[in-house]
Amino acid sequence: MTAPDLQTLYRQIVLDHSRQPRHQRRPDWRGREAEGHNPLCGDKIRVYARVHDDRLDDVAYEASGCAICVASASLMTEATLGRDVPAVRALAGQFGTALGSGGGNLPGDLAALAGVSQYPARIRCATLPWKALLAALDASPGTVTTEQASGDR
Amino acid sequence: MTATFDVAALRRDFPILTQQVNGHPLAYLDNAASSQRPLQVLEAIGHYYAHDHANIHRGVHTLSHRATDLYEGARETVRAFINAASVREIVFTSGTTEAINLVAFSFGQRLVPGDEILVTTMEHHSNIVPWQLLCERSGAVLRVAPINDAGELLFDEFVQLLGPRTRLVSVAHVSNALGSVNPVREIVAATRARGIPVLVDGAQAIAHEAIDVRELDCDFYAFSGHKMCGPTGTGVLYGREAILRDLPPWKGGGDMILTVSFSGTTYNELPYRLEAGTPHIAGAIGLAAAMRYLTAVGMARIAAWEAQLLAHATAELGKIPGLRFVGTARRKAGLVSFNVDGIHPHDLGTVLDQQGVAIRAGHHCAMPVMERFGLQGTARASFAFYNTPAEIDQLAAAVRVAQRMFAA
Repeated sequence: MTAPDLQTLYRQIVLDHSRQPRHQRRPDWRGREAEGHNPLCGDKIRVYARVHDDRLDDVAYEASGCAICVASASLMTEATLGRDVPAVRALAGQFGTALGSGGGNLPGDLAALAGVSQYPARIRCATLPWKALLAALDASPGTVTTEQASGDR
Repeated sequence: MTATFDVAALRRDFPILTQQVNGHPLAYLDNAASSQRPLQVLEAIGHYYAHDHANIHRGVHTLSHRATDLYEGARETVRAFINAASVREIVFTSGTTEAINLVAFSFGQRLVPGDEILVTTMEHHSNIVPWQLLCERSGAVLRVAPINDAGELLFDEFVQLLGPRTRLVSVAHVSNALGSVNPVREIVAATRARGIPVLVDGAQAIAHEAIDVRELDCDFYAFSGHKMCGPTGTGVLYGREAILRDLPPWKGGGDMILTVSFSGTTYNELPYRLEAGTPHIAGAIGLAAAMRYLTAVGMARIAAWEAQLLAHATAELGKIPGLRFVGTARRKAGLVSFNVDGIHPHDLGTVLDQQGVAIRAGHHCAMPVMERFGLQGTARASFAFYNTPAEIDQLAAAVRVAQRMFAA
């Protein structure tokens, strides 16, 4: 029943991650954290990052948002858990660039979100978790929003 | 439905409605955000620019006279449309938002610390933030009358909030997020009985029922052109002459003055004192054309048709399991706000758009309403007289497609 266009946005893997988000929890450790907010649609996410020896030792989040935002957060944790912080930062940049320029060149399961690039109004839904993760890694105080000029759109 | 309401003929006046969107016929159900324009409005604007344009009120040449006559003629059309007593009571603005800001900046100058402004929970941000800014400037306090779970104003609580320090009441005629129609006559009567002026935000009412400001007896009535088939960037503040007469200017510039000297400036008469600078002349002309169009269709017939569309939407969407209406007031305008279990409103909006159905998803610039109901947002379908039952059926079918897609 689904129109082909919708399948590019809501790939099965995206729907799966939105229904059963991985690593969505409030962790029992105290690490770095940051909140992301999309004032246009009300998406909210709090990302928790524990860094040990410059490595993302654990990552979690609490999200309330649309399927794209939640699936992106879930896929983000799968793609970043256990990786070096510089590699996480590079991947965040790569993700934002890819969604802003047609969606190509995304590694692994993140490629499932490439279709978001065809829906300009939804790109910020997918990038919000990454902005919050970067803010947590930077230990920026306060809340990042999708409307801030920094990073991707 | 009503035999005399030929919606197919009316739709031919709106070429934008006849198009495919994402491979489906467009069902434009986002009229509370902005309506579409008929050819008659586009032609009035095009004719003005092609034949009559010049600056107004100050030229000695023929085109300037013509443009002035058209602009002031538009003011008379507005006056008649809302049955104001005089064209001196019709101030052109860029929209409802500017009209409310005008009152906040001008009328608001007389407020002192401890004074109160009363609004309701269901206001659009444009009827909240101007008052919050005024409170910051003046030390006044913003009070908020609550609503019930159906989205209806709690009238007794509202009346209890009318106090000795209440300086102004500002309420929506119709809630943009819930569709609730407020009992404005009763609100105005209770408020004015205490000597307090009332502003009615008519943005969501003006295109959907006949408005008679003298019968409402309100002191201000604000509305936008673009929600009533007129151009964007147009709007009106109606103000009772007795109250406008005492309002200080709020924007300075040309047209709002009689004489300017560095030793002192004298201000123009109403309504020009409140309209600084070259106005949106073509916009006013287009707005007047929209009002003539709506009048020709008939506001009572529009209201009756939209009531049937609302009943049809309530019945058809009500059959969908997992769909919950937000806003179930006994008196509602032609819009339905709803959520579907397991589907975020933004995802729903995207999936409907892919099936040609244009709705609004989100907080509808009424975040306090969403907070009241504990929601992030809703999906909202809002109707105009050119909508059809078939478009509502298309909406309902599209919602079911979304449900199948997101089903676990």
